[in-house]
Amino acid sequence: MSDEKSLAPLSDPGLPAHKYRKSDIDQKAAKRAEQQVAILFLLSAIGTLLVVYSYIFIPVDSFIFLPIMGEQNAHQLFLGLGLAMALFFIGAGAVHWAKTLMPDHEEIDERKPMRSKDEDRDAFVETVRERAADSGIARRPLIKRSLALALGLVGVSPILLLRDLGPLPKDSLEKTSWATGTYLVTDPGDRKIKASDLEVGAVAQVLPELAPGKKRKLEDIGKDAVLLIRLRPEEFQLDAERLSWTHQGIIAFSKICSHMGCAVALYEQGTKHLLCPCHQSTFDVTRAAKVIFGPAARPLPQLAITVDNEGYLIAKQPFTEAVGPSFWERSS
Amino acid sequence: MRFISRFRKHRFATPVLLLVALSSIGFTFSVATAATVNSKSQAETSALIAEGQKLFLAGCSSCHGLNAEGGGLAPSLIGVGAASVDFQVGTGRMPMADMSQQAMRKKPVYNEEQVAALAAYVASLAPGPAAISNEELTWERDGNIAEGGELFRTNCAMCHNFAGQGGALTQGKYAPTLMGVEPKHIYEAMITGPQSMPVFSDKTITPEEKLSIIKWIKAAEQEKNLGGATLGRVGPVTEGLLAWTFGLGLLIGIAVWLTSKAR
Amino acid sequence: MTARERIAANVANYVDERTGAAKWLKKNLNKVFPDHWSFMLGEVALYSFIILLLSGTFLTFWFDPSMREVEYEGSYLPLKDVKMSAAYASTLHISFDVRGGLLMRQIHHWAALIFMAAIVVHLLRVFFTGAFRKPREFNWIIGVGLLTLGIVEGFLGYSLPDDLLSGTGIRIAEAIIQAIPVVGTYLAFFVFGGPFPGEVFIPRIYIVHVLLLPGIFLALITVHLMLVWYQKHTQYPGPGRTEKNVVGYRLMPVYMAKAGGFFFIVFGITAFLGAVASINPIWLYGPYTPGQISAGSQPDWYMGWLDGLVRMAPPIETHAFGYTISWNILIPGLIIPGIIFTAMALYPFIESWMTGDKKEHHLLERPRNNPNRTAIGAMSLTFMLVSLINGGNDLIATHFHLSINQIMWGTRIGILLLPPLAFVITKRICLSLQRADRESVLHGKETGRLMMLPHGEFVEVHEPLTAEQKWTLTQHEQQGPLQIEAEDARGVRNPKSIRAKLQNRMSKAATETIAKPTAEQVKELESGHH
Repeated sequence: MSDEKSLAPLSDPGLPAHKYRKSDIDQKAAKRAEQQVAILFLLSAIGTLLVVYSYIFIPVDSFIFLPIMGEQNAHQLFLGLGLAMALFFIGAGAVHWAKTLMPDHEEIDERKPMRSKDEDRDAFVETVRERAADSGIARRPLIKRSLALALGLVGVSPILLLRDLGPLPKDSLEKTSWATGTYLVTDPGDRKIKASDLEVGAVAQVLPELAPGKKRKLEDIGKDAVLLIRLRPEEFQLDAERLSWTHQGIIAFSKICSHMGCAVALYEQGTKHLLCPCHQSTFDVTRAAKVIFGPAARPLPQLAITVDNEGYLIAKQPFTEAVGPSFWERSS
Repeated sequence: MRFISRFRKHRFATPVLLLVALSSIGFTFSVATAATVNSKSQAETSALIAEGQKLFLAGCSSCHGLNAEGGGLAPSLIGVGAASVDFQVGTGRMPMADMSQQAMRKKPVYNEEQVAALAAYVASLAPGPAAISNEELTWERDGNIAEGGELFRTNCAMCHNFAGQGGALTQGKYAPTLMGVEPKHIYEAMITGPQSMPVFSDKTITPEEKLSIIKWIKAAEQEKNLGGATLGRVGPVTEGLLAWTFGLGLLIGIAVWLTSKAR
Repeated sequence: MTARERIAANVANYVDERTGAAKWLKKNLNKVFPDHWSFMLGEVALYSFIILLLSGTFLTFWFDPSMREVEYEGSYLPLKDVKMSAAYASTLHISFDVRGGLLMRQIHHWAALIFMAAIVVHLLRVFFTGAFRKPREFNWIIGVGLLTLGIVEGFLGYSLPDDLLSGTGIRIAEAIIQAIPVVGTYLAFFVFGGPFPGEVFIPRIYIVHVLLLPGIFLALITVHLMLVWYQKHTQYPGPGRTEKNVVGYRLMPVYMAKAGGFFFIVFGITAFLGAVASINPIWLYGPYTPGQISAGSQPDWYMGWLDGLVRMAPPIETHAFGYTISWNILIPGLIIPGIIFTAMALYPFIESWMTGDKKEHHLLERPRNNPNRTAIGAMSLTFMLVSLINGGNDLIATHFHLSINQIMWGTRIGILLLPPLAFVITKRICLSLQRADRESVLHGKETGRLMMLPHGEFVEVHEPLTAEQKWTLTQHEQQGPLQIEAEDARGVRNPKSIRAKLQNRMSKAATETIAKPTAEQVKELESGHH
């Protein structure tokens, strides 16, 4: 079984005989195909007319009811349908033309291997060697080494010039606008909140009160956003310190996810769980936002709150840890 | 009395007297009728409460307890207020069809009067948020749609999705779609916090702001398709599905046609 | 000579006298291209790219890539007077105050989705048919590069309108950058010009999206096509098709008409989608602010697998010596994609190492004839699909009444179990298909017709295959495993013996096949039957 002959493959029967199309043998069929191509091209022209008509005569605020799709903006719809027709039928016509009327004999092109002839390859290698010798680079190590140094260093400039793309982080990721005594105000609305304003089971989205005349920047919201939740105080399972950070069952967490920074604000009143809609990390509010599911590795930072003399909620102290996603320099 | 006797002879005395007499009769009468209406309404209310109690005992007490004190299956309803009942029963969530699932919106079992009776009964147990009617909610006049959008995106979109289509919560729970919900039920949901939903206090989101939210939701519900079929308004997932199935699928089909031999 | 022919001759003369291109042009206009629907997939990607250039240019006329805060004054009332970035406001302006603007936006976005989908199916076609083999490894690497750049380009474009959904995406991208050990925080601050989101990000990604990446794209696509042109297209095996020829149609006129026509068809279908199906309705999302979020926040599909991986990652973070390493972000966000794309780019070399095959290949392989490769492809595809499913777990949960927790656990386990399972099953299927091929070559195709033999026995009639069919099923080369000697004849261990052993083992797995019928066997059976 191992001799060459018994393992020989079948032989290639070669290209099958050409089959002629109807349009090759029947003049009528060819004429019909020609007409079909022309109709397709005409449909494209009609599409362009529809575009022009829609652009000029269909008001931008007119609507048309279509089954399944509902009320559609007629301007946008017919403009688009016209464009689609205008383009599609040019293509359909061209393809139909190629398929029915252009030659469909399969042709054969020879293929040469990519590899050059051996003598060409040798000649090439020889040329490179000679030219390299002409440059003298091998004989002059001083030039070689100093050039290597120069080339190695030249890349430093563009990298250095990119330095001013942004400031250094310093401790800005560790800090928020919350300070001792900062009022909690509603987002949006900027109204101060009294502890008594929240019923049990209530939530409120809050931000630190702005100093007069200051504008709230997105990058501040990105660190300052806080969620207030009111539970029955007996529902908490917190240590004494964390319990002292709450006020009459009101607990405050950073709304910026400790995983990747999305706003974690899906509070389920029934289970007392907070869910992040981006990656489904789930935090248990009664246990200081301990992670109970999903990819987040740290609880949401808790903000210590209390009230001022008039009963308005204020921050007892700034956040004790960095809010938001982790970063290399984060210490805990 | 001299004043009166002198007055008596005045030429306007008779008509004035007549006027005074007539109006006093009218006043007394109106006071009298008012009193009757008042007492009648009290009577009606107690009848309503009694009716509600009857309905409650028949349809709700098996889970919520004979005095709505709650049980192993269902929470206490003391203090939840009429708003909660109007929402839960008015949207058909209560009574629940299947205890294993989250209560979902369906065709209400009770008619409007019965819902009112149940609400009155539960409200009579302990004070709570009052039910509200669609007419009281002047969202069309007082709501600000752009402000409502801001509030919606901050407070509601994380669960109910950017267009109010609903979304997933943990362990198979979900936030329902807000499309086709009556304004009063939206309002009542915000003040009572049904099922997984938290309460949105009137101080943190004022009643006017709540009207704005309702106005925004209603605008989203009625928004016509500006760019074509909506694909469910759930974001890129359905878009990707359509690009693969219809877009690429059709193109591959055409490629097959394009490369096939004509007969 | 008619007047038209004279003009043509004059033009040809004019061009040739200035370029000397007559010979080159003649040769190339006569170039033969093989015809197969799966060869059009790359064209879909190419045409989508052109559509993206055209529609994208239209959008730049109105788009204002700025994060400057403005109050919206346009015609979409639910956002009137809302504070937003100029980028978002100008996108609204394009959508509602430029006629045809929304159509162009939607065409641009649909074209982007189809572009990426076409790249992926094109890549799968090239992979499963072995078209990446020598001499086409470079083109495979360029293709992998284009896929990677396409993902980045698509993500940046999706981010430009600065809406709530895309802003959430950027927030996540920033967290990934920030998670890179040692330099991450600095990189993030350089990219965003300070803390997230800052005010420079949109203008920066704008220039990358409209100039830098499209420029690289154009260059790479040009090289990609030039290599296809120069190396000539691969073809499927069949009668008359060999490693030494190309069978197909001439560039002019058939291929020009078909390929040119196909461009219009792709554009037409993209325009149709843009007309009838809403995509990325940013006016519903609202402007971005870090304190807001929507349920079901997902990226476009080509990033969905990445998001799915991030979702299923275990919650692991290391805190040591005052520093933090977020494995929960690094593994799914950088390490796994890095491994996948590197392995993909190197695959031609890995396969050639495993099989020891250093020959040139111009005939494509039927996937079943290379079970190992097909199984590797099925395995990778399964991995991607499981991740992609988890990327949409919240929508799957609400639409099929499941729990996101169940889906998450299902995909966490599935991502470990299903890909190897897919490998094994696919390999088995390929081998049985080979067996079936062998059977039909030797004994013909089952017809389902029964025939009674003279002595009363019933047999099924087998119809013999035509010579063409037999050739197509047996023309492929079957290469045995490598036999690298670990020891030489005198028992001296080959210094590379461990590598040799590994390579032998790999090659055994990679070349596992069912022996195809030989000419002799066929002849024997044929004479026996008659």
